[in-house]
Amino acid sequence: MIRTFSESEFLFIVASARWTLLLTVLALLLGGALGFVVALVRTSRLAPLRMLAAGWIGMIQGIPVLMLLFLSYYGLSLAGVDMPPIVAASVSMALYASAYLGEIWRGSIQSVAWQQWEASAALAMSRAQQYRYVILPQAVRIAVAPTVGFVVQLVKNTSIVSIIGVVELARAGNLVNNATFAPFKVFGTVAATYFVICWPISLLARRLEGRLHARRPG
Amino acid sequence: MPVVQVEAVRKSFGAVEVLKGIDLTVERGEVIAIIGRSGSGKSTLLRCINGLEVIQAGRIEVSGHRLDASGKGLRELRKDVGIVFQSYNLFPHLRVGENIMLAPRVVLRVGRAEARQRAEEALAEVGLGERFEAWPDNLSGGQQQRVAIARSLAMKPKVMLFDEVTSALDPELTGEVLATMERLAGHGMTMLLVTHEMAFARRVATQTVFMHQGKVWELGPSEQLFGAPQTPELRQFLGSGLK
Ligand SMILES: Nc1ncnc2c1ncn2[C@@H]1O[C@H](COP(=O)(O)OP(=O)(O)OP(=O)(O)O)[C@@H](O)[C@H]1O
Ligand SMILES: [Mg+2]
Repeated sequence: MIRTFSESEFLFIVASARWTLLLTVLALLLGGALGFVVALVRTSRLAPLRMLAAGWIGMIQGIPVLMLLFLSYYGLSLAGVDMPPIVAASVSMALYASAYLGEIWRGSIQSVAWQQWEASAALAMSRAQQYRYVILPQAVRIAVAPTVGFVVQLVKNTSIVSIIGVVELARAGNLVNNATFAPFKVFGTVAATYFVICWPISLLARRLEGRLHARRPG
Repeated sequence: MPVVQVEAVRKSFGAVEVLKGIDLTVERGEVIAIIGRSGSGKSTLLRCINGLEVIQAGRIEVSGHRLDASGKGLRELRKDVGIVFQSYNLFPHLRVGENIMLAPRVVLRVGRAEARQRAEEALAEVGLGERFEAWPDNLSGGQQQRVAIARSLAMKPKVMLFDEVTSALDPELTGEVLATMERLAGHGMTMLLVTHEMAFARRVATQTVFMHQGKVWELGPSEQLFGAPQTPELRQFLGSGLK
């Protein structure tokens, strides 16, 4: 039986965006926290720690997100941990985000002029104080644009979790299309919904960047 | 007791020995100029004195803080040693006043009011009392360098180290920074300064050190050192430098 693409199908697709949003937010919170640690460890003074973080980044970036997803979903259920797909999806997206954000933030930290380290060290600041008051505030400005660029990618990449059965935006579109065979309407709606999510993020980034730079005229 | 005591200090970068047994004593209120050719180890010596470089042998003591090859007690020592570099290295995300208040607040843990008072005093000392709210990027090079000096002064150091602080400046801005340093010297600050400004060294420094090939080659009251150099190396250096 072929259904028509009506308001209820439209609403079903739009409402499924909540899973896309939830996944993005969880991946950002968990992955961001982990990625921040990765960035700090990656810029540590101890070579073994730096290598550990580099290994983490290299490993995650070297594995397709799909494999991370399968590993967290099937791997953990084989190990006896029974978890709903959305949890496995969040975990794998968070791992993925941690490596990319860690790498972006490492770059931001390292692009702060080394003289800033020296000047703050000469003022008797501890390593933690140097990060807190001198290095990170400058690194944040540098990090805004690439971080937001990554978040937009992340929103779109969450579509991959449809494979383990999470009905997020892309999967919802697929389901509706199978029932209605109205691909232009269906995927037009899906695309428009992604756009409505991503566009404000880019706008926000531009505002944020503008404000950070306004604090420092020159 | 001397403020700075450097004894038999040796420092190498890899296989290259840059400081080959340096002895130097700076008494309270003394202003010592360090001159010498490029590569003679002047900057390295200053950087060793506040522990930015770790020495391989010898002993450095600054107002009672010992610094040896282990690098312990570094932060305590740095509280008493101000250093100003050729590049000003102000914190670009902080206003002038915040630049100066930061270290007293977080390192010395003084209250906001006292930090502000220290910053205002230090700014007044370098002649920039009205620029508290300015952004570093909006200042001239000479003004930025004076803020960098004020930032060190606000820590109330026992000694100030200056490493060619006017070398990056246009000639017309050099004067204002030298005048600031001269005023500091006049107020009794203990200073150790690397400089290429020979006239300034001769006039302001109580003693001048001529470094050559990683050693203190000649040392004496500035008037005597510049007026009657004892070694051919110094005579040659002054001859080429002053013409
Ligand atoms: N971090 C470093 N690594 C390796 N070599 C260094 C380092 N810092 C300095 N050197 C070398 O040590 C020697 C002394 O350098 P230093 O900067 O102390 O000289 P300087 O007297 O200050 O010279 P200039 O007048 O050019 O500033 C030079 O040969 C320099 O190349
Ligand atoms: Mg030098």
